Amino acid sequence: MLFPFALITNNSFKTETEYYANGPYSLFKSLNLDTLKKVWNLMDYSIKLRNSIVISMSVALLAIVISLSTAFALGIGKVKGKSFFIMFFLLAFVLPQEVLVFPLYHLSKLVGLYNTRLSVIIIISVLYSSFGTYFLSSIFSAFSRELIEAAEIDGCNKLQLLFRIIVPLSMPSLSILFVFFFIWSWNEFFIPLVFLVSNDNQTITIAMAMAQGQHGATLTLQSAAALLGVIPCIIFFVLFQRTLTKGITLGSIK
Amino acid sequence: MTHKDYSHNTKIATLKASSSLNKGYMVFLIPGVLLFLLIIVFPLLANIGLSFTKWSGVGTPVWVGFTNYMKAIRDSYFLTSFKNALLLVITVTTIPTLIGLLLAGFIFEYILDKFGRGIAIFFRVGFYLPQIVPIVVVGIVWRWMLQPNWGVLNWSLKAVGLDTLTRSWLGDTSTALPSIMMMMIWFQIGYPLVIFIAALQRIDPVVYDAADLDGASRLQRYFYITIPLIRPEIFVVVLTTIIYTLKTFAQVYVTTKGGPGRATIVPSYFSYQNFFIRSRVGYGATITTVLTIIIGLVAIGFIRMQIKQEQEG
Repeated sequence: MLFPFALITNNSFKTETEYYANGPYSLFKSLNLDTLKKVWNLMDYSIKLRNSIVISMSVALLAIVISLSTAFALGIGKVKGKSFFIMFFLLAFVLPQEVLVFPLYHLSKLVGLYNTRLSVIIIISVLYSSFGTYFLSSIFSAFSRELIEAAEIDGCNKLQLLFRIIVPLSMPSLSILFVFFFIWSWNEFFIPLVFLVSNDNQTITIAMAMAQGQHGATLTLQSAAALLGVIPCIIFFVLFQRTLTKGITLGSIK
Repeated sequence: MTHKDYSHNTKIATLKASSSLNKGYMVFLIPGVLLFLLIIVFPLLANIGLSFTKWSGVGTPVWVGFTNYMKAIRDSYFLTSFKNALLLVITVTTIPTLIGLLLAGFIFEYILDKFGRGIAIFFRVGFYLPQIVPIVVVGIVWRWMLQPNWGVLNWSLKAVGLDTLTRSWLGDTSTALPSIMMMMIWFQIGYPLVIFIAALQRIDPVVYDAADLDGASRLQRYFYITIPLIRPEIFVVVLTTIIYTLKTFAQVYVTTKGGPGRATIVPSYFSYQNFFIRSRVGYGATITTVLTIIIGLVAIGFIRMQIKQEQEG
């Protein structure tokens, strides 16, 4: 399973001649960073990295805010038509993005948001918050009613109830959602491909897909590009390992 | 008035207040619902509407009724795209799920006992790692390994003298789709594995006592007792993988772009071509509408089973 990752790492440090002379399996002779540097510059990696971080952070935060608000109404408020809404959100989440993309593309051009990171952030946040609503509603439904009533007796208004009681109590679930939303949006491909056409607002995944043609056939450049795509994920994996394991079954719906 | 009475009265008062206050929550539903209408409901309906039109993306769409649908059922690209999706669904769902079941049992029953927790976690992490890598990057890694001239696979075949087997794996009609399947299977294994290991952990060891008394082997125990017990998880894995695989796009985009010919065309990529490359928006909308109906049916089946399970549990 890890073999392909080991191979691309090994071959990213080789020079082209070294690869063609000894093949993919020979261990690299020296820690030669030229290939990686070349790909970094070819791809404008620093810009793509910034874009990916900006988009993923914004999506994770915005999607959580929307989910919190809707789930608060459904799970705590138990407003009318609750089960209809929850069913609707769940179905919305499994829709293929392709069925929404053309009208959204047209709409984004009309309102001048086409080719902006904001368009991608809004669309993906709303898509994810359908899942977030479903997930948080079921957690909120399980909260003790006495606690909520007690808060109301103390004169808590709805906003205070949400931010002083519900949010602190559901921090573990919120952090799981944050990590998953962040990684999902980092890996998102279709929506960014359609909406981000200029070099300076594209994400890493798009730059990866675009770069393959430009680098031509040199295999060391390709493996270096793949390695640059994998590294951030390894970092997230190490950073978020605990939360990922806790919420692993959560990924089941995506 | 005693203290007790006082608190009792307040409780009644608050109960009344809270039931009337329940309406105050509606406000919190408004932003979400508006955004959903704008980003999901309206585009979905517009897309369905567009599937009944002929439109290049500029000017006014022309209503053509069911023409696109009639065209689709005779279009060999359309039919091949769904046939390929079906082949992917079958292989990418069954193979990783079966491997996941075997591996989960192996890691949980054998590795954990013989080598301890650390090694068991290492295995789980190793298999799960591809899951958090963008599928685009996975595609690039595999394309690199399958490269015709100097790629890892052909290099290895040559090294062991199997030169005749070398080929352009992604460029050959007969091997392009199986190559994508292999890549997706490799990517997918970690998902059932992790879900199944979590499922095994929730099983109370007491259920094994009777089997142990009857002298059942560990293997028998796993197949006859454990697997039936984790059926809900198997069900979740199978249905979510079906939905996921029906949406295959990036995997094809970075490796073959649907080619050679129509060997690896899938509905998502075919619709993308119609929307953004060939400017046949109406036809693209038709393909996505059909795909959505299929996914919707699978999802509704999934939700109904979930509800049934919850009621039984």
